[in-house]
Amino acid sequence: MTDRPSNAPVRATRGFIGRRATPDAAQRLPPGQHLVDNFPVLSAGPTPRVRLETWRFTLKSGPRPIRSWTWEEFNALPQTDLVRDIHCVTTWSKFNTRWGGVLIDDLLEAAGLEPPTQFALAHSFDGYSTNVPVADLIHGKAMVALRYDGKPLEPDHGGPARLLVPHLYFWKSAKWMSGLQFTERDEAGFWELRGYNIYGDPWREQRYANE
Amino acid sequence: MSETPAPPLVHWQDATIVAREPRTPTITSFFFRPSQTVSWRAGQHVDVRLTAEDGYRAIRSYSIASAPGADTLELAVERLPDGEVSAFFHDVAEVGDTIELKAPLGGHFVWESRDGGPLLLAAGGSGLVPVMSMIRHRAATASTAPVQLLLSARTWDDVLYRDELLDLASRRDGFDVALALTREAARRSNDFGHRVDAAMMASVLERLPAWPRRVFVCGTNGFVNAAADGAQAAGVAPNIIRTERYGGA
Repeated sequence: MTDRPSNAPVRATRGFIGRRATPDAAQRLPPGQHLVDNFPVLSAGPTPRVRLETWRFTLKSGPRPIRSWTWEEFNALPQTDLVRDIHCVTTWSKFNTRWGGVLIDDLLEAAGLEPPTQFALAHSFDGYSTNVPVADLIHGKAMVALRYDGKPLEPDHGGPARLLVPHLYFWKSAKWMSGLQFTERDEAGFWELRGYNIYGDPWREQRYANE
Repeated sequence: MSETPAPPLVHWQDATIVAREPRTPTITSFFFRPSQTVSWRAGQHVDVRLTAEDGYRAIRSYSIASAPGADTLELAVERLPDGEVSAFFHDVAEVGDTIELKAPLGGHFVWESRDGGPLLLAAGGSGLVPVMSMIRHRAATASTAPVQLLLSARTWDDVLYRDELLDLASRRDGFDVALALTREAARRSNDFGHRVDAAMMASVLERLPAWPRRVFVCGTNGFVNAAADGAQAAGVAPNIIRTERYGGA
Protein backbone atom coordinates (compact mmCIF):
# COMPACT_ATOMS: atom_id res chain seq x y z
CA MET A 1 0.00 0.00 0.00
CA THR A 2 1.30 3.43 -0.85
CA ASP A 3 0.55 6.68 0.89
CA ARG A 4 -0.93 8.37 -2.15
CA PRO A 5 -0.30 8.35 -5.89
CA SER A 6 2.88 10.27 -6.63
CA ASN A 7 1.07 12.48 -9.17
CA ALA A 8 -1.54 13.59 -6.63
CA PRO A 9 -1.18 17.17 -5.41
CA VAL A 10 0.71 17.56 -2.16
CA ARG A 11 -1.42 18.82 0.69
CA ALA A 12 0.85 20.99 2.75
CA THR A 13 0.70 21.31 6.53
CA ARG A 14 -0.18 24.93 7.32
CA GLY A 15 2.93 26.89 8.28
CA PHE A 16 5.40 24.02 8.02
CA ILE A 17 8.66 24.98 6.35
CA GLY A 18 10.97 22.26 7.64
CA ARG A 19 14.69 21.85 7.65
CA ARG A 20 16.06 20.33 4.51
CA ALA A 21 19.26 18.39 4.16
CA THR A 22 21.84 19.70 1.68
CA PRO A 23 21.18 18.49 -1.90
CA ASP A 24 23.97 15.91 -1.60
CA ALA A 25 22.64 14.59 1.69
CA ALA A 26 19.05 14.65 0.44
CA GLN A 27 20.03 12.28 -2.39
CA ARG A 28 21.37 9.78 0.12
CA LEU A 29 18.35 10.00 2.44
CA PRO A 30 15.51 7.51 1.85
CA PRO A 31 12.00 9.02 1.91
CA GLY A 32 10.86 10.29 5.30
CA GLN A 33 14.34 10.05 6.86
CA HIS A 34 16.35 12.84 8.49
CA LEU A 35 20.08 13.03 9.14
CA VAL A 36 21.55 12.86 12.66
CA ASP A 37 25.08 13.33 13.95
CA ASN A 38 24.64 11.39 17.18
CA PHE A 39 23.96 7.66 17.41
CA PRO A 40 20.53 7.06 19.01
CA VAL A 41 20.02 3.90 21.05
CA LEU A 42 16.75 1.97 20.84
CA SER A 43 15.91 -1.40 22.31
CA ALA A 44 12.91 -3.28 23.63
CA GLY A 45 14.54 -4.33 26.90
CA PRO A 46 17.50 -3.80 29.20
CA THR A 47 20.99 -3.73 27.69
CA PRO A 48 22.41 -7.24 28.19
CA ARG A 49 26.01 -7.45 29.34
CA VAL A 50 27.29 -10.45 27.43
CA ARG A 51 30.56 -11.88 28.77
CA LEU A 52 33.17 -12.78 26.19
CA GLU A 53 34.18 -15.93 28.12
CA THR A 54 30.74 -17.45 27.61
CA TRP A 55 29.93 -15.83 24.26
CA ARG A 56 29.12 -18.28 21.48
CA PHE A 57 27.94 -17.75 17.92
CA THR A 58 25.95 -20.63 16.49
CA LEU A 59 25.02 -21.30 12.89
CA LYS A 60 21.91 -23.46 12.52
CA SER A 61 19.94 -25.04 9.71
CA GLY A 62 16.41 -25.31 11.04
CA PRO A 63 16.78 -26.82 14.51
CA ARG A 64 20.16 -28.41 13.69
CA PRO A 65 23.36 -26.69 14.87
CA ILE A 66 25.95 -26.63 12.08
CA ARG A 67 28.86 -24.83 13.68
CA SER A 68 29.61 -22.84 16.81
CA TRP A 69 32.44 -20.37 17.51
CA THR A 70 33.91 -19.02 20.72
CA TRP A 71 34.83 -15.33 20.89
CA GLU A 72 38.49 -16.13 20.15
CA GLU A 73 37.62 -18.41 17.27
CA PHE A 74 35.24 -15.84 15.83
CA ASN A 75 37.86 -13.12 15.99
CA ALA A 76 40.27 -15.40 14.10
CA LEU A 77 37.90 -15.45 11.08
CA PRO A 78 38.69 -13.06 8.18
CA GLN A 79 37.85 -9.50 9.26
CA THR A 80 36.37 -6.90 6.91
CA ASP A 81 35.60 -3.19 7.23
CA LEU A 82 32.41 -1.69 5.82
CA VAL A 83 31.50 2.02 5.67
CA ARG A 84 27.75 2.42 5.16
CA ASP A 85 24.79 4.75 5.67
CA ILE A 86 22.27 3.36 8.15
CA HIS A 87 18.54 4.09 8.39
CA CYS A 88 16.34 3.56 11.44
CA VAL A 89 12.59 3.05 11.05
CA THR A 90 12.10 5.84 13.63
CA THR A 91 13.30 8.13 10.77
CA TRP A 92 16.87 8.94 11.74
CA SER A 93 19.67 8.15 9.33
CA LYS A 94 23.41 8.31 9.90
CA PHE A 95 25.96 8.52 7.11
CA ASN A 96 29.37 6.86 6.76
CA THR A 97 29.19 4.60 9.78
CA ARG A 98 32.35 2.47 9.97
CA TRP A 99 32.06 -1.17 11.04
CA GLY A 100 34.46 -4.07 11.33
CA GLY A 101 33.65 -7.75 11.58
CA VAL A 102 33.01 -10.98 9.75
CA LEU A 103 31.09 -11.03 6.46
CA ILE A 104 28.30 -13.60 6.37
CA ASP A 105 30.05 -14.92 3.24
CA ASP A 106 33.20 -15.63 5.27
CA LEU A 107 31.18 -17.19 8.05
CA LEU A 108 29.56 -19.59 5.60
CA GLU A 109 32.88 -20.40 4.01
CA ALA A 110 34.44 -21.15 7.40
CA ALA A 111 31.54 -23.49 8.11
CA GLY A 112 31.88 -25.09 4.67
CA LEU A 113 28.23 -24.30 4.08
CA GLU A 114 26.21 -23.26 1.07
CA PRO A 115 23.03 -21.50 2.24
CA PRO A 116 20.61 -24.43 2.68
CA THR A 117 17.44 -22.27 2.41
CA GLN A 118 16.42 -18.83 1.12
CA PHE A 119 15.57 -17.34 4.51
CA ALA A 120 17.25 -16.77 7.83
CA LEU A 121 16.50 -15.59 11.36
CA ALA A 122 19.07 -13.68 13.36
CA HIS A 123 18.90 -14.52 17.07
CA SER A 124 20.09 -12.48 20.04
CA PHE A 125 21.13 -13.19 23.62
CA ASP A 126 18.10 -11.27 24.96
CA GLY A 127 15.60 -13.35 22.99
CA TYR A 128 15.22 -10.84 20.13
CA SER A 129 15.01 -12.16 16.60
CA THR A 130 14.58 -10.73 13.13
CA ASN A 131 14.18 -12.30 9.71
CA VAL A 132 16.27 -11.50 6.66
CA PRO A 133 16.26 -13.21 3.24
CA VAL A 134 19.56 -15.00 2.59
CA ALA A 135 20.02 -12.96 -0.61
CA ASP A 136 20.30 -9.85 1.60
CA LEU A 137 23.01 -11.43 3.76
CA ILE A 138 25.49 -12.71 1.16
CA HIS A 139 27.68 -11.22 -1.58
CA GLY A 140 29.22 -8.72 0.81
CA LYS A 141 25.92 -7.18 1.86
CA ALA A 142 25.98 -8.06 5.55
CA MET A 143 28.33 -8.90 8.41
CA VAL A 144 28.48 -9.79 12.06
CA ALA A 145 30.00 -6.56 13.35
CA LEU A 146 32.41 -6.61 16.28
CA ARG A 147 33.79 -3.07 15.97
CA TYR A 148 32.37 0.38 15.41
CA ASP A 149 34.63 3.27 14.41
CA GLY A 150 37.68 1.11 15.08
CA LYS A 151 36.73 0.26 18.66
CA PRO A 152 35.01 -2.76 20.23
CA LEU A 153 31.26 -2.42 19.79
CA GLU A 154 29.68 -1.01 22.96
CA PRO A 155 26.83 -2.90 24.67
CA ASP A 156 24.37 -0.06 23.93
CA HIS A 157 25.03 -0.49 20.22
CA GLY A 158 24.79 -4.28 20.30
CA GLY A 159 28.25 -5.37 21.45
CA PRO A 160 30.01 -7.73 21.64
CA ALA A 161 28.55 -8.60 18.22
CA ARG A 162 25.59 -7.47 16.15
CA LEU A 163 24.26 -8.16 12.70
CA LEU A 164 24.81 -5.37 10.17
CA VAL A 165 22.43 -5.32 7.18
CA PRO A 166 22.79 -1.65 6.33
CA HIS A 167 20.54 -1.61 3.27
CA LEU A 168 17.48 -2.54 5.36
CA TYR A 169 15.91 -0.59 8.26
CA PHE A 170 18.17 -0.92 11.24
CA TRP A 171 15.91 -3.13 13.39
CA LYS A 172 17.03 -5.90 11.01
CA SER A 173 20.61 -5.41 12.26
CA ALA A 174 20.01 -7.43 15.43
CA LYS A 175 21.99 -6.35 18.51
CA TRP A 176 23.71 -8.83 20.87
CA MET A 177 23.65 -11.49 18.18
CA SER A 178 24.01 -15.10 19.30
CA GLY A 179 23.46 -16.90 16.03
CA LEU A 180 22.04 -17.22 12.55
CA GLN A 181 19.41 -19.82 11.72
CA PHE A 182 18.43 -20.82 8.21
CA THR A 183 14.69 -21.41 7.88
CA GLU A 184 12.55 -23.06 5.20
CA ARG A 185 10.03 -20.19 5.25
CA ASP A 186 10.31 -16.45 5.86
CA GLU A 187 9.42 -16.46 9.57
CA ALA A 188 8.51 -13.17 11.21
CA GLY A 189 10.82 -12.04 14.03
CA PHE A 190 10.21 -9.86 17.10
CA TRP A 191 9.13 -6.57 15.52
CA GLU A 192 7.76 -8.22 12.39
CA LEU A 193 5.21 -9.94 14.67
CA ARG A 194 4.34 -6.55 16.15
CA GLY A 195 3.28 -4.68 13.05
CA TYR A 196 6.60 -3.90 11.39
CA ASN A 197 7.34 -4.79 7.79
CA ILE A 198 8.47 -8.30 6.93
CA TYR A 199 11.30 -6.96 4.69
CA GLY A 200 11.99 -3.32 5.64
CA ASP A 201 13.47 -1.60 2.57
CA PRO A 202 14.05 2.08 3.51
CA TRP A 203 13.99 3.20 -0.14
CA ARG A 204 10.47 1.83 -0.53
CA GLU A 205 9.61 3.15 2.94
CA GLN A 206 8.49 -0.29 4.14
CA ARG A 207 8.07 0.63 7.80
CA TYR A 208 4.88 -1.19 8.74
CA ALA A 209 3.20 -4.43 7.77
CA ASN A 210 1.05 -3.17 4.90
CA GLU A 211 3.61 -0.88 3.25
CA MET B 1 -0.15 -11.25 29.35
CA SER B 2 -1.70 -9.98 26.17
CA GLU B 3 1.09 -10.79 23.74
CA THR B 4 1.19 -9.87 20.08
CA PRO B 5 -2.40 -9.83 18.90
CA ALA B 6 -2.53 -9.37 15.13
CA PRO B 7 -1.56 -5.72 14.73
CA PRO B 8 -4.08 -3.52 12.92
CA LEU B 9 -3.14 -2.28 9.47
CA VAL B 10 -2.17 1.36 9.70
CA HIS B 11 -2.39 4.18 7.21
CA TRP B 12 -2.00 7.95 7.15
CA GLN B 13 -5.08 9.88 8.08
CA ASP B 14 -5.96 13.48 8.86
CA ALA B 15 -6.38 14.53 12.46
CA THR B 16 -7.55 17.93 13.69
CA ILE B 17 -5.98 19.70 16.64
CA VAL B 18 -8.91 20.44 18.97
CA ALA B 19 -6.95 21.83 21.94
CA ARG B 20 -3.44 22.66 23.11
CA GLU B 21 -2.38 22.97 26.70
CA PRO B 22 1.02 23.92 28.16
CA ARG B 23 2.13 21.29 30.69
CA THR B 24 5.62 22.33 31.78
CA PRO B 25 8.03 25.07 30.65
CA THR B 26 9.16 22.77 27.80
CA ILE B 27 6.22 20.41 27.18
CA THR B 28 2.86 21.24 25.59
CA SER B 29 0.02 18.81 25.03
CA PHE B 30 -1.84 18.70 21.71
CA PHE B 31 -5.24 17.01 21.55
CA PHE B 32 -6.15 15.45 18.21
CA ARG B 33 -9.43 14.25 16.76
CA PRO B 34 -8.56 11.69 14.06
CA SER B 35 -10.88 11.57 11.04
CA GLN B 36 -11.18 7.79 11.52
CA THR B 37 -11.46 5.94 14.81
CA VAL B 38 -8.15 4.90 16.33
CA SER B 39 -8.19 2.07 18.87
CA TRP B 40 -4.94 2.06 20.78
CA ARG B 41 -3.50 0.22 23.74
CA ALA B 42 -1.82 2.05 26.59
CA GLY B 43 1.84 2.61 25.73
CA GLN B 44 1.47 2.74 21.94
CA HIS B 45 2.61 5.62 19.74
CA VAL B 46 1.76 7.46 16.54
CA ASP B 47 3.81 8.70 13.61
CA VAL B 48 3.18 12.34 12.74
CA ARG B 49 3.90 13.59 9.22
CA LEU B 50 4.32 17.24 8.26
CA THR B 51 4.43 18.31 4.60
CA ALA B 52 5.88 21.58 3.28
CA GLU B 53 4.54 23.41 0.20
CA ASP B 54 7.27 21.90 -1.99
CA GLY B 55 6.51 18.36 -0.87
CA TYR B 56 9.32 18.07 1.69
CA ARG B 57 8.21 15.87 4.58
CA ALA B 58 9.25 15.22 8.14
CA ILE B 59 8.06 12.26 10.21
CA ARG B 60 8.44 11.77 13.97
CA SER B 61 7.06 9.34 16.51
CA TYR B 62 5.14 10.48 19.60
CA SER B 63 3.70 8.35 22.36
CA ILE B 64 0.00 8.65 23.17
CA ALA B 65 -0.69 10.13 26.61
CA SER B 66 -4.44 9.63 26.75
CA ALA B 67 -6.06 6.42 27.95
CA PRO B 68 -7.47 4.01 25.37
CA GLY B 69 -11.04 5.02 24.61
CA ALA B 70 -10.51 8.70 25.39
CA ASP B 71 -12.36 11.25 23.23
CA THR B 72 -9.16 12.71 21.90
CA LEU B 73 -5.67 11.52 21.23
CA GLU B 74 -3.23 13.50 23.39
CA LEU B 75 0.42 13.92 22.41
CA ALA B 76 2.70 15.73 24.85
CA VAL B 77 5.42 17.34 22.73
CA GLU B 78 8.69 18.41 24.33
CA ARG B 79 10.49 21.28 22.64
CA LEU B 80 13.88 19.89 21.68
CA PRO B 81 16.93 22.06 21.06
CA ASP B 82 17.08 22.52 17.26
CA GLY B 83 13.96 20.36 16.95
CA GLU B 84 12.37 20.45 13.52
CA VAL B 85 8.97 18.95 14.27
CA SER B 86 8.76 19.89 17.95
CA ALA B 87 9.48 23.53 17.06
CA PHE B 88 6.65 23.46 14.53
CA PHE B 89 4.24 22.22 17.18
CA HIS B 90 5.32 24.73 19.80
CA ASP B 91 5.64 27.78 17.51
CA VAL B 92 3.17 27.22 14.66
CA ALA B 93 0.49 24.58 15.31
CA GLU B 94 -2.89 25.92 16.41
CA VAL B 95 -6.30 24.60 17.24
CA GLY B 96 -8.11 23.82 13.99
CA ASP B 97 -4.98 22.75 12.10
CA THR B 98 -4.97 19.41 10.32
CA ILE B 99 -2.00 17.10 10.77
CA GLU B 100 -1.41 13.68 9.23
CA LEU B 101 -0.84 10.81 11.60
CA LYS B 102 -0.57 7.05 11.52
CA ALA B 103 -1.73 5.06 14.55
CA PRO B 104 -1.59 2.93 16.57
CA LEU B 105 2.02 1.75 16.37
CA GLY B 106 4.19 -0.44 18.57
CA GLY B 107 3.08 -3.61 20.30
CA HIS B 108 5.63 -4.30 23.01
CA PHE B 109 5.72 -1.34 25.41
CA VAL B 110 2.04 -1.93 26.14
CA TRP B 111 -0.10 -2.68 29.19
CA GLU B 112 -3.79 -3.54 29.43
CA SER B 113 -5.56 -3.66 32.77
CA ARG B 114 -6.46 -7.31 32.19
CA ASP B 115 -2.71 -8.04 32.20
CA GLY B 116 -2.80 -7.19 35.93
CA GLY B 117 0.03 -6.13 38.20
CA PRO B 118 1.92 -5.30 40.23
CA LEU B 119 3.73 -2.91 37.92
CA LEU B 120 6.84 -0.87 38.44
CA LEU B 121 6.95 2.12 36.11
CA ALA B 122 10.07 4.26 35.76
CA ALA B 123 10.06 7.36 33.58
CA GLY B 124 12.42 10.24 32.94
CA GLY B 125 11.06 13.58 31.73
CA SER B 126 8.76 13.24 28.72
CA GLY B 127 9.37 9.49 28.92
CA LEU B 128 6.35 9.60 31.19
CA VAL B 129 3.97 9.93 28.24
CA PRO B 130 3.39 6.25 27.32
CA VAL B 131 3.44 5.33 31.01
CA MET B 132 0.83 8.03 31.70
CA SER B 133 -1.50 6.31 29.26
CA MET B 134 -1.12 3.13 31.35
CA ILE B 135 -1.80 5.01 34.61
CA ARG B 136 -4.87 6.71 33.13
CA HIS B 137 -6.02 3.38 31.68
CA ARG B 138 -5.72 1.84 35.14
CA ALA B 139 -7.87 4.60 36.62
CA ALA B 140 -10.39 4.54 33.76
CA THR B 141 -10.93 0.79 34.11
CA ALA B 142 -11.01 0.93 37.93
CA SER B 143 -8.14 -1.55 37.99
CA THR B 144 -6.80 -2.39 41.44
CA ALA B 145 -3.40 -3.54 40.15
CA PRO B 146 -0.67 -2.18 42.44
CA VAL B 147 1.35 0.33 40.44
CA GLN B 148 4.41 2.22 41.65
CA LEU B 149 5.73 5.04 39.47
CA LEU B 150 9.21 6.49 39.76
CA LEU B 151 9.32 9.76 37.83
CA SER B 152 12.52 11.71 37.29
CA ALA B 153 12.51 15.38 36.29
CA ARG B 154 14.88 18.31 36.63
CA THR B 155 12.71 20.37 38.97
CA TRP B 156 9.27 20.30 40.62
CA ASP B 157 7.94 22.52 37.83
CA ASP B 158 9.30 20.18 35.16
CA VAL B 159 7.23 17.26 36.47
CA LEU B 160 4.84 16.41 33.64
CA TYR B 161 1.23 15.74 34.80
CA ARG B 162 2.33 16.51 38.37
CA ASP B 163 -1.03 17.58 39.77
CA GLU B 164 -2.90 14.75 38.08
CA LEU B 165 -0.40 12.18 39.38
CA LEU B 166 -0.49 13.54 42.93
CA ASP B 167 -4.28 13.54 42.79
CA LEU B 168 -4.37 9.91 41.61
CA ALA B 169 -1.90 8.93 44.34
CA SER B 170 -4.01 10.67 47.00
CA ARG B 171 -6.79 8.14 46.36
CA ARG B 172 -4.58 5.46 47.92
CA ASP B 173 -6.09 2.78 45.72
CA GLY B 174 -2.85 1.00 44.95
CA PHE B 175 -1.20 3.66 42.78
CA ASP B 176 1.66 5.74 44.13
CA VAL B 177 4.32 8.03 42.69
CA ALA B 178 7.86 8.79 43.85
CA LEU B 179 9.54 11.81 42.32
CA ALA B 180 13.28 12.04 41.67
CA LEU B 181 14.28 15.67 41.15
CA THR B 182 17.75 15.97 39.67
CA ARG B 183 18.32 19.72 40.13
CA GLU B 184 16.29 20.44 43.25
CA ALA B 185 15.86 19.00 46.72
CA ALA B 186 12.99 16.60 47.29
CA ARG B 187 9.80 18.33 48.51
CA ARG B 188 7.95 15.31 49.87
CA SER B 189 9.27 12.83 52.42
CA ASN B 190 9.30 9.80 50.11
CA ASP B 191 10.75 11.61 47.10
CA PHE B 192 14.39 11.80 46.02
CA GLY B 193 16.64 14.74 45.26
CA HIS B 194 19.09 13.04 42.92
CA ARG B 195 19.39 10.96 39.77
CA VAL B 196 18.07 7.41 39.53
CA ASP B 197 20.44 4.74 40.85
CA ALA B 198 20.32 1.14 42.09
CA ALA B 199 19.43 2.11 45.67
CA MET B 200 16.49 4.18 44.41
CA MET B 201 15.21 1.30 42.30
CA ALA B 202 15.49 -1.06 45.30
CA SER B 203 13.59 1.48 47.42
CA VAL B 204 10.68 1.88 45.01
CA LEU B 205 10.47 -1.90 44.46
CA GLU B 206 9.94 -2.29 48.21
CA ARG B 207 6.92 0.02 48.02
CA LEU B 208 5.01 -2.58 45.99
CA PRO B 209 3.07 -5.19 48.02
CA ALA B 210 4.50 -7.97 45.86
CA TRP B 211 7.18 -8.54 43.25
CA PRO B 212 6.31 -6.81 39.95
CA ARG B 213 4.84 -8.80 37.11
CA ARG B 214 6.19 -6.27 34.65
CA VAL B 215 8.56 -3.29 34.71
CA PHE B 216 8.24 -0.50 32.14
CA VAL B 217 11.07 1.99 31.74
CA CYS B 218 11.00 4.99 29.38
CA GLY B 219 13.30 7.97 29.01
CA THR B 220 16.70 8.92 27.65
CA ASN B 221 19.11 6.07 27.05
CA GLY B 222 21.08 7.07 30.15
CA PHE B 223 17.98 7.08 32.34
CA VAL B 224 16.76 3.75 30.96
CA ASN B 225 20.12 2.06 31.50
CA ALA B 226 20.38 3.35 35.08
CA ALA B 227 16.81 2.32 35.96
CA ALA B 228 16.90 -1.05 34.19
CA ASP B 229 20.35 -1.95 35.54
CA GLY B 230 19.26 -0.82 39.02
CA ALA B 231 16.13 -2.97 38.87
CA GLN B 232 18.21 -5.97 37.84
CA ALA B 233 20.70 -5.33 40.64
CA ALA B 234 17.70 -5.46 42.99
CA GLY B 235 16.79 -8.87 41.62
CA VAL B 236 14.34 -8.13 38.79
CA ALA B 237 14.69 -10.59 35.91
CA PRO B 238 15.61 -8.86 32.63
CA ASN B 239 12.83 -10.60 30.72
CA ILE B 240 10.07 -8.76 32.63
CA ILE B 241 11.62 -5.34 31.88
CA ARG B 242 10.38 -3.50 28.80
CA THR B 243 12.10 -0.33 27.68
CA GLU B 244 11.59 2.57 25.34
CA ARG B 245 14.46 4.99 24.74
CA TYR B 246 15.10 8.23 22.96
CA GLY B 247 18.18 10.33 22.29
CA GLY B 248 21.77 9.38 21.51
CA ALA B 249 24.32 7.48 23.52
